[in-house]
Amino acid sequence: MTGSVAKVKKTPPGPLEYMRRWPMQAWLVGVTVFLYAPLITLMIFSFNDSKRNIVWQGFTLKYYVKALTNDSLIQAFTNSLVIAFFSTIISVVVGAMAAILLWRFRFPGKTALDGAMSIPIVVPEICMGVGMLVFFAKVFPWPQGLPWPLNLGAIIIAHVSFSFPFVAVVVRARLASFNRELEEAAKDLGASEIRTLLDVLVPHIKPSLLAGGLLAFTLSLDDFVITFFTAGPDTVTFPVKVYSMVRFSVTPEVNAASTILIVVTVILTFFALKFQGSDALTAGHGAPEKK
Amino acid sequence: MEQSWRQAKSIFGLLLSAPLFWLAFFFIVPMGIVWLYSFGENRGLVDIAFTGTWKNYARALEPLYLGIFVKSLYVAALTTFLCLVVGFPVALAITFAADKWKPWLLLLIMLPFWTNLLIRTYALIAVLRTEGYVNQTYEFLWNNAGGLMTLVGLAPLGEFQPLDLLHNNFAVIFGLVYVHLPFMILPLYSTLDRMDRSLLEASLDLGAGHLRTLWSIVVPMSAAGIASGILITFIPALGAYLTPDLLGGPESQMIANVIERQFKRANDWPFGAALSFLLVYLTFIGIAIQGMLDKQNRGRAA
Repeated sequence: MTGSVAKVKKTPPGPLEYMRRWPMQAWLVGVTVFLYAPLITLMIFSFNDSKRNIVWQGFTLKYYVKALTNDSLIQAFTNSLVIAFFSTIISVVVGAMAAILLWRFRFPGKTALDGAMSIPIVVPEICMGVGMLVFFAKVFPWPQGLPWPLNLGAIIIAHVSFSFPFVAVVVRARLASFNRELEEAAKDLGASEIRTLLDVLVPHIKPSLLAGGLLAFTLSLDDFVITFFTAGPDTVTFPVKVYSMVRFSVTPEVNAASTILIVVTVILTFFALKFQGSDALTAGHGAPEKK
Repeated sequence: MEQSWRQAKSIFGLLLSAPLFWLAFFFIVPMGIVWLYSFGENRGLVDIAFTGTWKNYARALEPLYLGIFVKSLYVAALTTFLCLVVGFPVALAITFAADKWKPWLLLLIMLPFWTNLLIRTYALIAVLRTEGYVNQTYEFLWNNAGGLMTLVGLAPLGEFQPLDLLHNNFAVIFGLVYVHLPFMILPLYSTLDRMDRSLLEASLDLGAGHLRTLWSIVVPMSAAGIASGILITFIPALGAYLTPDLLGGPESQMIANVIERQFKRANDWPFGAALSFLLVYLTFIGIAIQGMLDKQNRGRAA
Protein backbone atom coordinates (compact mmCIF):
# COMPACT_ATOMS: atom_id res chain seq x y z
CA MET A 1 0.00 0.00 0.00
CA THR A 2 2.67 2.48 1.01
CA GLY A 3 4.67 1.48 -2.04
CA SER A 4 1.87 2.33 -4.41
CA VAL A 5 1.29 5.67 -2.71
CA ALA A 6 4.93 6.54 -3.12
CA LYS A 7 4.74 5.50 -6.76
CA VAL A 8 1.70 7.72 -7.37
CA LYS A 9 3.53 10.65 -5.82
CA LYS A 10 6.43 10.28 -8.20
CA THR A 11 4.42 10.28 -11.42
CA PRO A 12 4.32 13.70 -13.07
CA PRO A 13 0.99 15.47 -12.68
CA GLY A 14 -1.62 14.42 -15.22
CA PRO A 15 -2.88 16.97 -17.71
CA LEU A 16 -5.86 17.99 -15.56
CA GLU A 17 -4.35 17.54 -12.13
CA TYR A 18 -3.96 21.26 -11.68
CA MET A 19 -3.77 20.88 -7.92
CA ARG A 20 -0.46 19.08 -8.26
CA ARG A 21 1.20 21.95 -10.07
CA TRP A 22 3.12 24.35 -7.90
CA PRO A 23 1.80 27.66 -9.28
CA MET A 24 -1.73 26.57 -8.41
CA GLN A 25 -0.67 25.41 -4.98
CA ALA A 26 1.17 28.68 -4.37
CA TRP A 27 -1.89 30.67 -5.46
CA LEU A 28 -4.16 28.69 -3.16
CA VAL A 29 -1.77 29.15 -0.25
CA GLY A 30 -1.55 32.87 -0.99
CA VAL A 31 -5.34 33.29 -1.02
CA THR A 32 -5.65 31.29 2.19
CA VAL A 33 -3.10 33.52 3.90
CA PHE A 34 -4.96 36.60 2.59
CA LEU A 35 -8.25 35.30 4.00
CA TYR A 36 -6.97 33.97 7.30
CA ALA A 37 -3.97 36.03 8.39
CA PRO A 38 -6.02 39.02 9.60
CA LEU A 39 -8.44 36.81 11.55
CA ILE A 40 -5.73 34.66 13.08
CA THR A 41 -3.63 37.64 14.16
CA LEU A 42 -6.81 39.12 15.66
CA MET A 43 -7.35 35.94 17.65
CA ILE A 44 -3.71 35.63 18.75
CA PHE A 45 -3.51 39.24 19.87
CA SER A 46 -6.60 38.84 22.02
CA PHE A 47 -4.25 36.99 24.38
CA ASN A 48 -1.61 39.69 24.23
CA ASP A 49 -0.72 41.35 27.52
CA SER A 50 -0.38 44.87 26.14
CA LYS A 51 -2.83 47.69 26.07
CA ARG A 52 -1.69 49.16 22.78
CA ASN A 53 -1.96 45.73 21.25
CA ILE A 54 0.95 46.09 18.86
CA VAL A 55 3.93 44.12 20.07
CA TRP A 56 3.57 40.73 21.70
CA GLN A 57 4.13 41.16 25.45
CA GLY A 58 3.10 37.81 26.85
CA PHE A 59 0.07 35.64 27.36
CA THR A 60 -2.92 36.84 29.33
CA LEU A 61 -6.62 36.15 29.66
CA LYS A 62 -7.35 39.49 31.28
CA TYR A 63 -9.03 40.94 28.19
CA TYR A 64 -11.44 38.02 28.17
CA VAL A 65 -12.24 38.77 31.79
CA LYS A 66 -12.63 42.41 30.85
CA ALA A 67 -14.88 41.63 27.89
CA LEU A 68 -16.95 39.19 29.92
CA THR A 69 -17.43 41.70 32.75
CA ASN A 70 -18.25 44.60 30.42
CA ASP A 71 -21.96 44.87 31.09
CA SER A 72 -22.89 46.77 27.95
CA LEU A 73 -20.96 44.31 25.80
CA ILE A 74 -22.62 41.33 27.49
CA GLN A 75 -26.00 43.02 27.10
CA ALA A 76 -25.35 43.56 23.39
CA PHE A 77 -24.23 39.96 22.98
CA THR A 78 -27.33 38.67 24.78
CA ASN A 79 -29.53 40.91 22.65
CA SER A 80 -27.90 39.50 19.51
CA LEU A 81 -28.48 35.92 20.63
CA VAL A 82 -32.11 36.55 21.62
CA ILE A 83 -32.82 38.35 18.33
CA ALA A 84 -31.15 35.56 16.36
CA PHE A 85 -33.13 32.93 18.28
CA PHE A 86 -36.57 34.44 17.64
CA SER A 87 -35.75 35.55 14.13
CA THR A 88 -34.60 32.00 13.33
CA ILE A 89 -37.77 30.36 14.63
CA ILE A 90 -40.08 32.73 12.75
CA SER A 91 -37.94 32.60 9.59
CA VAL A 92 -37.93 28.80 9.55
CA VAL A 93 -41.72 28.59 9.95
CA VAL A 94 -42.53 31.32 7.42
CA GLY A 95 -39.79 30.25 5.00
CA ALA A 96 -40.84 26.60 5.09
CA MET A 97 -44.48 27.56 4.52
CA ALA A 98 -43.48 29.65 1.51
CA ALA A 99 -41.29 26.85 0.14
CA ILE A 100 -44.03 24.22 0.48
CA LEU A 101 -46.57 26.60 -1.05
CA LEU A 102 -44.43 27.34 -4.08
CA TRP A 103 -43.45 23.70 -4.49
CA ARG A 104 -46.90 22.21 -4.15
CA PHE A 105 -49.37 24.57 -5.78
CA ARG A 106 -50.16 26.20 -9.08
CA PHE A 107 -51.91 29.47 -8.51
CA PRO A 108 -52.36 32.82 -10.21
CA GLY A 109 -49.61 35.22 -9.21
CA LYS A 110 -47.14 32.44 -8.40
CA THR A 111 -44.36 33.91 -10.55
CA ALA A 112 -44.94 37.30 -8.96
CA LEU A 113 -44.74 35.88 -5.44
CA ASP A 114 -41.65 33.88 -6.33
CA GLY A 115 -40.00 36.97 -7.78
CA ALA A 116 -41.02 39.18 -4.86
CA MET A 117 -39.51 36.65 -2.42
CA SER A 118 -36.14 36.91 -4.10
CA ILE A 119 -36.02 40.71 -3.81
CA PRO A 120 -34.99 40.73 -0.13
CA ILE A 121 -32.10 38.46 -1.12
CA VAL A 122 -30.76 40.73 -3.86
CA VAL A 123 -31.66 44.25 -2.77
CA PRO A 124 -28.68 46.14 -1.26
CA GLU A 125 -28.74 46.00 2.52
CA ILE A 126 -28.60 49.75 2.88
CA CYS A 127 -31.87 50.16 0.94
CA MET A 128 -33.62 47.62 3.12
CA GLY A 129 -32.19 49.25 6.23
CA VAL A 130 -33.55 52.60 5.13
CA GLY A 131 -36.95 51.00 4.47
CA MET A 132 -37.02 49.55 7.97
CA LEU A 133 -36.00 52.87 9.51
CA VAL A 134 -38.86 54.67 7.75
CA PHE A 135 -41.32 51.87 8.46
CA PHE A 136 -40.68 51.78 12.19
CA ALA A 137 -40.53 55.56 12.44
CA LYS A 138 -43.68 56.42 10.52
CA VAL A 139 -46.00 53.48 9.91
CA PHE A 140 -45.56 51.01 12.70
CA PRO A 141 -43.78 52.71 15.57
CA TRP A 142 -42.53 50.04 17.92
CA PRO A 143 -43.68 51.03 21.42
CA GLN A 144 -40.90 52.61 23.47
CA GLY A 145 -39.93 51.38 26.89
CA LEU A 146 -41.21 47.83 26.57
CA PRO A 147 -39.61 45.36 28.98
CA TRP A 148 -36.76 43.29 27.58
CA PRO A 149 -36.89 41.29 25.27
CA LEU A 150 -40.07 42.79 23.80
CA ASN A 151 -38.18 45.97 22.95
CA LEU A 152 -36.16 43.94 20.45
CA GLY A 153 -39.30 43.24 18.39
CA ALA A 154 -38.56 45.74 15.63
CA ILE A 155 -35.11 44.27 15.00
CA ILE A 156 -36.51 40.73 15.06
CA ILE A 157 -39.11 41.68 12.44
CA ALA A 158 -36.46 43.28 10.23
CA HIS A 159 -34.24 40.21 10.52
CA VAL A 160 -37.06 37.83 9.61
CA SER A 161 -37.78 39.92 6.51
CA PHE A 162 -34.35 39.26 5.05
CA SER A 163 -33.86 35.74 6.48
CA PHE A 164 -37.00 33.85 5.57
CA PRO A 165 -36.47 34.02 1.77
CA PHE A 166 -33.06 32.35 2.32
CA VAL A 167 -34.71 29.61 4.37
CA ALA A 168 -37.29 29.16 1.59
CA VAL A 169 -34.49 28.66 -0.97
CA VAL A 170 -32.83 25.99 1.17
CA VAL A 171 -36.09 24.14 1.92
CA ARG A 172 -37.23 24.23 -1.69
CA ALA A 173 -33.99 22.62 -2.82
CA ARG A 174 -34.73 19.77 -0.43
CA LEU A 175 -38.39 19.47 -1.48
CA ALA A 176 -37.27 18.77 -5.04
CA SER A 177 -36.24 15.30 -3.89
CA PHE A 178 -39.59 14.52 -2.24
CA ASN A 179 -41.72 11.82 -3.81
CA ARG A 180 -45.20 13.31 -4.15
CA GLU A 181 -46.77 9.85 -4.18
CA LEU A 182 -45.96 9.49 -0.49
CA GLU A 183 -48.25 12.37 0.24
CA GLU A 184 -51.04 10.82 -1.83
CA ALA A 185 -50.56 7.50 -0.09
CA ALA A 186 -50.94 9.17 3.31
CA LYS A 187 -54.12 10.86 2.20
CA ASP A 188 -55.50 7.62 0.72
CA LEU A 189 -54.93 6.01 4.07
CA GLY A 190 -57.13 8.63 5.65
CA ALA A 191 -54.70 11.22 6.96
CA SER A 192 -55.92 14.79 6.91
CA GLU A 193 -54.05 17.51 5.01
CA ILE A 194 -52.43 18.85 8.16
CA ARG A 195 -51.53 15.37 9.41
CA THR A 196 -49.94 14.56 6.04
CA LEU A 197 -48.01 17.80 6.11
CA LEU A 198 -46.69 17.29 9.63
CA ASP A 199 -46.09 13.53 9.53
CA VAL A 200 -44.90 12.97 5.97
CA LEU A 201 -43.56 16.16 4.47
CA VAL A 202 -41.98 17.83 7.48
CA PRO A 203 -39.85 14.78 8.45
CA HIS A 204 -38.52 14.69 4.88
CA ILE A 205 -37.46 18.34 4.90
CA LYS A 206 -36.13 18.27 8.45
CA PRO A 207 -32.42 18.49 7.51
CA SER A 208 -33.16 21.54 5.38
CA LEU A 209 -35.10 23.10 8.24
CA LEU A 210 -32.03 22.71 10.43
CA ALA A 211 -29.68 24.00 7.74
CA GLY A 212 -32.01 26.88 6.91
CA GLY A 213 -32.33 27.65 10.60
CA LEU A 214 -28.56 27.77 11.05
CA LEU A 215 -28.33 30.02 8.02
CA ALA A 216 -31.00 32.35 9.42
CA PHE A 217 -29.23 32.33 12.79
CA THR A 218 -25.89 33.30 11.25
CA LEU A 219 -27.45 35.94 9.00
CA SER A 220 -29.13 37.49 12.01
CA LEU A 221 -26.02 37.34 14.18
CA ASP A 222 -23.96 38.81 11.35
CA ASP A 223 -26.20 41.64 10.30
CA PHE A 224 -24.95 45.13 10.94
CA VAL A 225 -26.42 47.54 8.39
CA ILE A 226 -30.13 46.73 8.75
CA THR A 227 -29.87 46.52 12.54
CA PHE A 228 -27.98 49.81 12.59
CA PHE A 229 -31.00 51.49 11.02
CA THR A 230 -33.56 49.72 13.22
CA ALA A 231 -31.84 49.73 16.61
CA GLY A 232 -32.50 52.35 19.23
CA PRO A 233 -30.19 53.37 22.07
CA ASP A 234 -31.56 50.60 24.31
CA THR A 235 -31.47 47.87 21.70
CA VAL A 236 -27.80 47.61 20.81
CA THR A 237 -26.67 44.34 19.23
CA PHE A 238 -23.18 42.89 19.26
CA PRO A 239 -22.15 44.16 15.80
CA VAL A 240 -23.55 47.63 16.55
CA LYS A 241 -21.67 47.67 19.86
CA VAL A 242 -18.42 46.54 18.25
CA TYR A 243 -18.95 49.21 15.59
CA SER A 244 -19.12 51.94 18.21
CA MET A 245 -16.05 50.52 20.00
CA VAL A 246 -14.03 50.17 16.80
CA ARG A 247 -14.71 53.76 15.79
CA PHE A 248 -12.64 54.92 18.75
CA SER A 249 -9.72 52.54 18.79
CA VAL A 250 -8.39 49.06 18.32
CA THR A 251 -8.51 47.44 21.75
CA PRO A 252 -7.67 43.92 22.94
CA GLU A 253 -11.11 43.77 24.52
CA VAL A 254 -12.73 43.88 21.10
CA ASN A 255 -10.25 41.22 19.98
CA ALA A 256 -11.35 38.98 22.84
CA ALA A 257 -15.07 39.51 22.16
CA SER A 258 -14.51 38.89 18.44
CA THR A 259 -12.58 35.71 19.14
CA ILE A 260 -15.50 34.38 21.18
CA LEU A 261 -17.89 35.11 18.31
CA ILE A 262 -15.55 33.54 15.73
CA VAL A 263 -15.40 30.37 17.81
CA VAL A 264 -19.21 30.35 18.07
CA THR A 265 -19.44 30.76 14.28
CA VAL A 266 -17.00 27.94 13.60
CA ILE A 267 -18.95 25.63 15.89
CA LEU A 268 -22.22 26.55 14.14
CA THR A 269 -20.62 25.94 10.74
CA PHE A 270 -19.55 22.48 11.78
CA PHE A 271 -23.10 21.73 12.96
CA ALA A 272 -24.40 22.91 9.60
CA LEU A 273 -21.93 20.58 7.90
CA LYS A 274 -23.09 17.69 10.03
CA PHE A 275 -26.73 18.30 9.18
CA GLN A 276 -26.55 18.86 5.48
CA GLY A 277 -23.11 17.96 4.24
CA SER A 278 -21.09 20.48 2.29
CA ASP A 279 -24.24 21.84 0.61
CA ALA A 280 -25.01 23.70 3.79
CA LEU A 281 -21.83 25.69 3.36
CA THR A 282 -22.96 27.34 0.22
CA ALA A 283 -26.67 27.45 1.00
CA GLY A 284 -28.15 30.82 0.33
CA HIS A 285 -24.86 32.33 -0.70
CA GLY A 286 -23.36 31.89 -4.08
CA ALA A 287 -25.96 31.23 -6.72
CA PRO A 288 -29.29 30.09 -5.31
CA GLU A 289 -30.82 29.97 -8.79
CA LYS A 290 -28.31 27.33 -9.76
CA LYS A 291 -29.88 24.81 -7.44
CA MET B 1 -47.16 17.34 -10.62
CA GLU B 2 -48.14 20.58 -8.99
CA GLN B 3 -51.61 20.79 -7.61
CA SER B 4 -54.08 23.52 -8.48
CA TRP B 5 -54.78 25.74 -5.50
CA ARG B 6 -58.52 25.09 -5.90
CA GLN B 7 -58.12 21.44 -4.96
CA ALA B 8 -57.06 22.22 -1.41
CA LYS B 9 -58.15 25.73 -0.67
CA SER B 10 -57.84 25.61 3.12
CA ILE B 11 -54.28 24.32 3.21
CA PHE B 12 -53.37 26.66 0.37
CA GLY B 13 -54.76 29.59 2.29
CA LEU B 14 -52.95 28.50 5.44
CA LEU B 15 -49.61 28.16 3.68
CA LEU B 16 -50.05 31.44 1.82
CA SER B 17 -51.12 33.52 4.82
CA ALA B 18 -47.93 34.00 6.82
CA PRO B 19 -45.39 34.38 4.00
CA LEU B 20 -47.64 36.75 2.05
CA PHE B 21 -48.44 38.81 5.11
CA TRP B 22 -44.82 39.05 6.14
CA LEU B 23 -43.53 39.88 2.70
CA ALA B 24 -46.25 42.45 2.04
CA PHE B 25 -46.37 44.14 5.40
CA PHE B 26 -42.76 43.96 6.51
CA PHE B 27 -40.98 44.27 3.20
CA ILE B 28 -43.10 45.64 0.35
CA VAL B 29 -44.74 48.32 2.51
CA PRO B 30 -41.43 49.66 3.91
CA MET B 31 -39.83 49.69 0.47
CA GLY B 32 -42.98 51.23 -1.04
CA ILE B 33 -42.91 54.08 1.44
CA VAL B 34 -39.28 54.79 0.66
CA TRP B 35 -40.24 54.80 -3.00
CA LEU B 36 -43.04 57.29 -2.33
CA TYR B 37 -40.70 59.44 -0.25
CA SER B 38 -38.34 59.68 -3.17
CA PHE B 39 -41.05 61.78 -4.84
CA GLY B 40 -41.69 63.82 -1.69
CA GLU B 41 -40.57 67.04 -0.08
CA ASN B 42 -39.64 67.98 3.46
CA ARG B 43 -42.29 70.04 5.21
CA GLY B 44 -41.10 71.22 8.58
CA LEU B 45 -38.87 69.03 10.71
CA VAL B 46 -40.63 65.69 10.63
CA ASP B 47 -43.35 65.87 8.00
CA ILE B 48 -42.85 64.75 4.45
CA ALA B 49 -45.37 65.64 1.77
CA PHE B 50 -45.83 63.44 -1.30
CA THR B 51 -45.80 66.02 -4.02
CA GLY B 52 -44.78 63.85 -6.95
CA THR B 53 -41.70 65.96 -7.53
CA TRP B 54 -38.67 64.73 -9.47
CA LYS B 55 -36.50 67.25 -7.63
CA ASN B 56 -34.80 64.58 -5.51
CA TYR B 57 -33.76 62.59 -8.54
CA ALA B 58 -32.61 65.75 -10.28
CA ARG B 59 -30.48 66.56 -7.25
CA ALA B 60 -29.01 63.06 -7.27
CA LEU B 61 -27.73 63.80 -10.77
CA GLU B 62 -25.87 66.93 -9.71
CA PRO B 63 -22.11 66.63 -10.29
CA LEU B 64 -21.32 66.05 -6.61
CA TYR B 65 -23.66 63.07 -6.21
CA LEU B 66 -23.24 61.83 -9.76
CA GLY B 67 -19.53 61.79 -9.03
CA ILE B 68 -20.09 59.60 -5.97
CA PHE B 69 -22.29 57.26 -8.03
CA VAL B 70 -19.63 56.99 -10.73
CA LYS B 71 -16.98 56.44 -8.09
CA SER B 72 -19.04 53.72 -6.39
CA LEU B 73 -19.59 52.00 -9.73
CA TYR B 74 -15.87 52.21 -10.43
CA VAL B 75 -14.88 50.86 -7.00
CA ALA B 76 -17.42 48.03 -7.28
CA ALA B 77 -16.23 47.20 -10.81
CA LEU B 78 -12.58 47.17 -9.76
CA THR B 79 -13.43 45.01 -6.74
CA THR B 80 -15.34 42.59 -8.94
CA PHE B 81 -12.48 42.43 -11.44
CA LEU B 82 -9.91 41.76 -8.71
CA CYS B 83 -12.14 39.10 -7.16
CA LEU B 84 -12.45 37.43 -10.56
CA VAL B 85 -8.69 37.49 -11.17
CA VAL B 86 -7.89 36.21 -7.68
CA GLY B 87 -10.84 33.84 -7.45
CA PHE B 88 -10.79 32.12 -10.82
CA PRO B 89 -7.58 30.13 -10.22
CA VAL B 90 -8.90 29.18 -6.77
CA ALA B 91 -12.18 27.90 -8.23
CA LEU B 92 -10.21 26.03 -10.88
CA ALA B 93 -7.92 24.49 -8.28
CA ILE B 94 -10.88 23.31 -6.17
CA THR B 95 -12.59 21.88 -9.26
CA PHE B 96 -9.61 19.74 -10.16
CA ALA B 97 -8.69 18.79 -6.61
CA ALA B 98 -9.12 15.21 -5.46
CA ASP B 99 -12.70 14.48 -4.36
CA LYS B 100 -11.76 13.96 -0.74
CA TRP B 101 -10.17 17.41 -0.58
CA LYS B 102 -13.01 19.35 -2.19
CA PRO B 103 -15.29 19.82 0.85
CA TRP B 104 -12.30 20.92 2.93
CA LEU B 105 -11.13 23.42 0.34
CA LEU B 106 -14.67 24.81 0.09
CA LEU B 107 -14.78 25.02 3.86
CA LEU B 108 -11.47 26.89 3.77
CA ILE B 109 -13.00 29.53 1.49
CA MET B 110 -16.37 29.65 3.24
CA LEU B 111 -15.30 29.81 6.87
CA PRO B 112 -14.20 33.47 6.81
CA PHE B 113 -17.43 34.18 4.95
CA TRP B 114 -19.49 32.91 7.86
CA THR B 115 -17.52 35.10 10.24
CA ASN B 116 -19.13 38.36 11.26
CA LEU B 117 -18.54 41.10 8.68
CA LEU B 118 -17.74 43.64 11.36
CA ILE B 119 -15.10 41.38 12.89
CA ARG B 120 -13.49 40.85 9.50
CA THR B 121 -13.43 44.59 8.85
CA TYR B 122 -12.02 45.19 12.31
CA ALA B 123 -9.31 42.60 11.67
CA LEU B 124 -8.30 44.51 8.55
CA ILE B 125 -8.04 47.76 10.52
CA ALA B 126 -5.60 46.05 12.88
CA VAL B 127 -3.55 44.84 9.91
CA LEU B 128 -3.50 48.04 7.88
CA ARG B 129 -3.31 50.89 10.39
CA THR B 130 -0.15 52.96 10.85
CA GLU B 131 0.95 50.83 13.82
CA GLY B 132 -0.53 47.76 12.17
CA TYR B 133 1.12 44.46 11.45
CA VAL B 134 2.04 45.30 7.87
CA ASN B 135 3.77 48.50 8.87
CA GLN B 136 5.53 46.81 11.79
CA THR B 137 6.92 44.13 9.56
CA TYR B 138 7.99 46.78 7.10
CA GLU B 139 9.66 48.83 9.84
CA PHE B 140 11.46 45.77 11.15
CA LEU B 141 12.78 44.97 7.67
CA TRP B 142 13.65 48.63 7.09
CA ASN B 143 15.66 48.92 10.30
CA ASN B 144 17.48 45.66 9.69
CA ALA B 145 18.26 46.66 6.13
CA GLY B 146 19.52 50.00 7.44
CA GLY B 147 21.77 48.26 9.94
CA LEU B 148 23.05 45.93 7.25
CA MET B 149 23.87 48.79 4.95
CA THR B 150 25.78 50.63 7.68
CA LEU B 151 27.67 47.41 8.28
CA VAL B 152 28.82 47.18 4.68
CA GLY B 153 29.77 50.85 4.71
CA LEU B 154 26.85 52.35 2.81
CA ALA B 155 24.84 55.35 3.99
CA PRO B 156 21.99 54.12 6.23
CA LEU B 157 18.45 54.38 4.96
CA GLY B 158 16.61 57.53 6.01
CA GLU B 159 14.02 57.84 8.71
CA PHE B 160 11.38 55.08 8.59
CA GLN B 161 8.18 56.28 6.97
CA PRO B 162 5.15 54.10 7.68
CA LEU B 163 2.97 53.30 4.69
CA ASP B 164 -0.43 54.95 4.55
CA LEU B 165 -2.58 51.90 4.21
CA LEU B 166 -5.73 52.80 6.09
CA HIS B 167 -8.41 55.44 5.48
CA ASN B 168 -7.92 55.72 1.75
CA ASN B 169 -9.22 54.20 -1.48
CA PHE B 170 -6.66 51.42 -1.37
CA ALA B 171 -7.99 50.23 1.98
CA VAL B 172 -11.58 50.29 0.72
CA ILE B 173 -10.80 48.19 -2.32
CA PHE B 174 -8.59 45.83 -0.31
CA GLY B 175 -11.41 45.43 2.22
CA LEU B 176 -14.09 44.91 -0.42
CA VAL B 177 -12.02 42.22 -2.16
CA TYR B 178 -11.35 40.58 1.19
CA VAL B 179 -15.04 40.49 2.04
CA HIS B 180 -16.45 39.55 -1.37
CA LEU B 181 -13.94 37.01 -2.64
CA PRO B 182 -16.05 33.98 -1.59
CA PHE B 183 -19.08 35.47 -3.41
CA MET B 184 -17.07 35.12 -6.60
CA ILE B 185 -15.42 31.76 -5.96
CA LEU B 186 -18.64 29.83 -5.23
CA PRO B 187 -20.59 30.43 -8.45
CA LEU B 188 -17.37 29.97 -10.45
CA TYR B 189 -16.74 26.66 -8.74
CA SER B 190 -20.32 25.46 -9.21
CA THR B 191 -20.07 26.05 -12.99
CA LEU B 192 -16.53 24.76 -13.43
CA ASP B 193 -17.37 21.61 -11.53
CA ARG B 194 -20.10 20.68 -14.02
CA MET B 195 -17.89 21.29 -17.04
CA ASP B 196 -17.26 18.39 -19.42
CA ARG B 197 -13.62 17.57 -18.80
CA SER B 198 -13.17 15.54 -21.96
CA LEU B 199 -13.26 18.80 -23.90
CA LEU B 200 -10.24 20.03 -21.97
CA GLU B 201 -8.44 16.77 -22.58
CA ALA B 202 -9.29 17.00 -26.27
CA SER B 203 -7.90 20.52 -26.43
CA LEU B 204 -4.69 19.48 -24.67
CA ASP B 205 -4.35 16.39 -26.87
CA LEU B 206 -4.72 18.49 -29.98
CA GLY B 207 -1.70 20.49 -28.92
CA ALA B 208 -3.12 23.59 -27.29
CA GLY B 209 -1.20 24.73 -24.23
CA HIS B 210 -2.72 25.08 -20.79
CA LEU B 211 -3.19 28.83 -21.09
CA ARG B 212 -4.73 28.56 -24.53
CA THR B 213 -7.08 25.80 -23.33
CA LEU B 214 -8.01 27.95 -20.38
CA TRP B 215 -8.74 30.96 -22.53
CA SER B 216 -10.52 29.31 -25.47
CA ILE B 217 -12.25 26.38 -23.76
CA VAL B 218 -12.66 26.88 -20.01
CA VAL B 219 -13.54 30.58 -20.01
CA PRO B 220 -16.24 30.40 -22.73
CA MET B 221 -17.73 27.27 -21.19
CA SER B 222 -17.96 28.84 -17.76
CA ALA B 223 -19.34 32.15 -19.05
CA ALA B 224 -22.62 31.70 -17.19
CA GLY B 225 -20.82 31.13 -13.89
CA ILE B 226 -18.52 34.09 -14.51
CA ALA B 227 -21.55 36.29 -15.23
CA SER B 228 -23.35 35.21 -12.09
CA GLY B 229 -20.18 35.58 -10.02
CA ILE B 230 -19.74 39.11 -11.36
CA LEU B 231 -23.33 39.99 -10.49
CA ILE B 232 -23.21 38.44 -7.03
CA THR B 233 -19.99 40.32 -6.24
CA PHE B 234 -20.88 43.59 -7.92
CA ILE B 235 -24.26 44.24 -6.28
CA PRO B 236 -23.19 44.01 -2.63
CA ALA B 237 -19.91 45.81 -3.41
CA LEU B 238 -21.86 48.67 -4.98
CA GLY B 239 -24.07 49.02 -1.92
CA ALA B 240 -21.28 48.49 0.61
CA TYR B 241 -21.62 50.66 3.69
CA LEU B 242 -19.39 49.27 6.40
CA THR B 243 -16.14 48.88 4.45
CA PRO B 244 -15.92 52.45 3.10
CA ASP B 245 -17.15 53.77 6.44
CA LEU B 246 -14.52 52.06 8.57
CA LEU B 247 -11.60 51.63 6.16
CA GLY B 248 -12.11 54.64 3.91
CA GLY B 249 -11.15 58.25 4.35
CA PRO B 250 -13.20 61.33 3.57
CA GLU B 251 -12.52 60.98 -0.16
CA SER B 252 -13.51 57.31 -0.37
CA GLN B 253 -17.18 57.67 0.54
CA MET B 254 -19.50 55.48 -1.47
CA ILE B 255 -23.17 55.85 -2.26
CA ALA B 256 -24.35 53.91 0.81
CA ASN B 257 -22.50 56.35 3.09
CA VAL B 258 -24.26 59.27 1.46
CA ILE B 259 -27.63 57.53 1.91
CA GLU B 260 -26.88 56.86 5.57
CA ARG B 261 -26.01 60.53 6.08
CA GLN B 262 -29.27 61.72 4.55
CA PHE B 263 -31.26 59.54 6.92
CA LYS B 264 -29.26 59.77 10.12
CA ARG B 265 -27.65 63.17 10.10
CA ALA B 266 -28.75 65.51 7.29
CA ASN B 267 -32.36 64.44 7.89
CA ASP B 268 -33.26 64.81 4.23
CA TRP B 269 -35.28 61.62 3.85
CA PRO B 270 -36.76 62.33 0.41
CA PHE B 271 -33.31 62.83 -1.09
CA GLY B 272 -31.94 59.75 0.70
CA ALA B 273 -34.94 57.78 -0.56
CA ALA B 274 -34.22 58.85 -4.15
CA LEU B 275 -30.57 57.78 -3.78
CA SER B 276 -31.63 54.40 -2.32
CA PHE B 277 -34.00 53.76 -5.16
CA LEU B 278 -31.38 54.69 -7.75
CA LEU B 279 -29.28 51.97 -6.13
CA VAL B 280 -32.23 49.55 -6.28
CA TYR B 281 -32.76 50.37 -9.98
CA LEU B 282 -29.08 49.73 -10.71
CA THR B 283 -29.43 46.35 -8.96
CA PHE B 284 -32.48 45.45 -11.05
CA ILE B 285 -30.71 46.51 -14.26
CA GLY B 286 -27.81 44.24 -13.33
CA ILE B 287 -30.13 41.31 -12.67
CA ALA B 288 -32.03 41.94 -15.91
CA ILE B 289 -28.79 41.97 -17.93
CA GLN B 290 -27.72 38.75 -16.28
CA GLY B 291 -31.10 37.16 -16.97
CA MET B 292 -30.83 38.12 -20.63
CA LEU B 293 -27.32 36.69 -20.92
CA ASP B 294 -28.49 33.52 -19.23
CA LYS B 295 -31.39 33.12 -21.65
CA GLN B 296 -29.05 33.68 -24.60
CA ASN B 297 -26.67 31.07 -23.28
CA ARG B 298 -29.43 28.57 -22.75
CA GLY B 299 -30.79 29.29 -26.23
CA ARG B 300 -27.37 28.57 -27.68
CA ALA B 301 -26.98 25.37 -25.69
CA ALA B 302 -30.42 24.07 -26.74
